[in-house]
Amino acid sequence: MGFLSVSNVHHTYFSSEAATDALQDIHFSVEKGEFVSILGASGCGKSTLLSIIAGLLTPTMGTVTIDGQPVIDNEQLSIGYMLQQDYLFPWKTIEENVTLGLTILQKKDEQSREIAIQLLQDVGLPHVEKKFPRELSGGMRQRVALARTLAVDPKILLLDEPFSALDYKSKLTLEDLVSKMLKDYSKTAVLVTHDIGEAIAMSDRIFLLSAKPGKLYKTFEVPQELIELPPFETRSHASYSTLFQLIWKELESLEHENTL
Amino acid sequence: MSTKILYENYKKSLINEKRKIRFFQLLILVVFISLWEIASRSKWIDPLIFSSPQKIWSLFIEKIQDGTLIMHANATLFETVLGFIIGTMLGTILAAILWWSPFFSKVVDPYLVVLNAMPKVALGPILIVVMGPGMTSIITMGAIISVIISTIVIYTAFREVDPNYLKVLQTFNATRFQMFKEAILPASFPTIISTLKVNVGLSWVGVIVGEFLVSSKGLGYLIIYGFQVFNFNLVLMSLMIIAIFATIMYQLVELLERKLVKTR
Repeated sequence: MGFLSVSNVHHTYFSSEAATDALQDIHFSVEKGEFVSILGASGCGKSTLLSIIAGLLTPTMGTVTIDGQPVIDNEQLSIGYMLQQDYLFPWKTIEENVTLGLTILQKKDEQSREIAIQLLQDVGLPHVEKKFPRELSGGMRQRVALARTLAVDPKILLLDEPFSALDYKSKLTLEDLVSKMLKDYSKTAVLVTHDIGEAIAMSDRIFLLSAKPGKLYKTFEVPQELIELPPFETRSHASYSTLFQLIWKELESLEHENTL
Repeated sequence: MSTKILYENYKKSLINEKRKIRFFQLLILVVFISLWEIASRSKWIDPLIFSSPQKIWSLFIEKIQDGTLIMHANATLFETVLGFIIGTMLGTILAAILWWSPFFSKVVDPYLVVLNAMPKVALGPILIVVMGPGMTSIITMGAIISVIISTIVIYTAFREVDPNYLKVLQTFNATRFQMFKEAILPASFPTIISTLKVNVGLSWVGVIVGEFLVSSKGLGYLIIYGFQVFNFNLVLMSLMIIAIFATIMYQLVELLERKLVKTR
């Protein structure tokens, strides 16, 4: 039993036309402090899997536990979830956005302001707490979203392609930042992505998901020398391209299988 | 240096354009009133029906001096503002209930369509019998005329709020009430304001029709009374006052809009 344990998860979407198997037989566990990526083509059910881990969606079968506790209807459990876009509330100031989780959990007190300012400092955005989201750029807004996610001190971070809507430079900068923040705060994290490079650069382990229905196709261990490097430097390391080629071939063979 | 001059010129051209617009707006008003006066005096139009600005003005002064106009205008204004506020608030509350319970909203959907399509002023006689021929019926009239359409429009806005905002709140284990308070309601403020704008017009209709029916006081009463004794000076004067008040109310709503929606 790991820190996060997903056992025999099976999910089927029902509509009046059909029942579609989205996930089948998903089984894995993640250790505390580990960073894993779920890699797969779009529509393979990886976002569904993340929603299930977050407890936002009840799987048709199977269970998910974090630190020994079930995730469904568990109000004690705090989970950090980052979406493809920042989804900062445009009518709230940056500070109010960062402390949103604390407000919802009714933990807002004199300290929350300090937490917010400290976190904004950590993500490299000092002196913006009185501004409104529309005054910031896309990359800055996603940093604020990261601060908002960390403000509630979540047990685990779930990242649903949080860099996909950013321009390339912001994406690389933010990857480094997220990676560093998670190490500093020693958080466990699950990243969902379709970007092989991003998966290698950021994670310790990579799960490759096949599509229709989503199954765990293969697991890749990222070599130690890459794990130690920050994402940006990983990309220029020699073993990076070796692993990239390996995963690329697997993805291709998967696609090939599907078209047959 | 030259950009500075260009910028100054640009600013000047902006001011000039504004002045031009104001000038023509004023011109239309002056031409309209003068034409009306001239047409009436030279009998191009029947002065008995269409009155004339001068006659309306002297009647206005007379009615101000004997105090009756203030009383009537006051009554109507009070009823309209109250009907307007009650209608919009009730609409928002109903929309919130519909949002709260998707099942309930599916059940009542056809009834909302029927209620919306029905001409609400036709309920007037029933309201007066039930609530008595007084202010209550008139205010109710001003409210029901706008409540169903407000409900429908605001409920639609509630449903169109990006579900990802709710997802963010859900990850913090937010309750449904918290989701409403933190995301649904503030995200829908622009729509609520635009229904307010529509409701300004609607509640005037409701209240004036109410006063037609109750016929005891108010600008609606003055209109119907003027019609009965064939005093069209009175009818047109009341109409003018309604136009002015309705415009002021609309402007106030716009002011509120600028205050509330400024952060977007």
